[in-house]
Amino acid sequence: MVKVKFFAVLKGLVGKEEVTVDLGGETTLEQLIEKLKTDLPPLKDIIQKGGILISVNQEVVEKDAIIQDGDEIAFLPPFAGG
Amino acid sequence: MNQDRIRVQTEDFGVEEETNKIKQSSKRIGGIVTFLGAARDFSKGQEINKMFFDHYPGMAEKKLADIREQALKDYDIIDVTIIHRVGDISIGDNIVLIIVGAEHRKDAFRACSWCIDELKRITPIWKKETTPDGIVWVEEHP
Repeated sequence: MVKVKFFAVLKGLVGKEEVTVDLGGETTLEQLIEKLKTDLPPLKDIIQKGGILISVNQEVVEKDAIIQDGDEIAFLPPFAGG
Repeated sequence: MNQDRIRVQTEDFGVEEETNKIKQSSKRIGGIVTFLGAARDFSKGQEINKMFFDHYPGMAEKKLADIREQALKDYDIIDVTIIHRVGDISIGDNIVLIIVGAEHRKDAFRACSWCIDELKRITPIWKKETTPDGIVWVEEHP
């Protein structure tokens, strides 16, 4: 199982702050994204629009990153601190 | 000391108190540069009534700590404090504080400028503004 978090504008668009996904073993982030697009339809448009970073265990990664049980994935909209 | 120098918090901070901590950290410090970001009531041609900052707990603090460490490596400076507030912020309230102490002013100015640019670039913090037309999450922040 992995934990997937949504922040800021994404919380409202997806309608959830956090979901848990059963991966069925080691997989790539890209495969997880495909599964999430089906489970959470608003995510499809959000990802297509671009500008979203994705982190695994609090480090921003590319889509070919390997993920495994226990990882914490987060969808991060453009930052606006300061 | 590092935990005190890097903070993400809902409560306000004291600029003088934090400046004194930096000043007291080394007698070699001869120049201190402070960046204080405050909540303004106007942005992109629109009135702002109030704002709210969301953050990714853990990752936000880690990124601020990374920025501090990198600044201490890359610039000839002695100490750095970075504090960012989250939650509800009223107009005129403090948002972010960066204080850099160095032997000389030039490195303190350069490092302070770099720290706030880097904070905006890599720190998972988001701003929601309440305007007369509604509530918007800010996507671009120069």
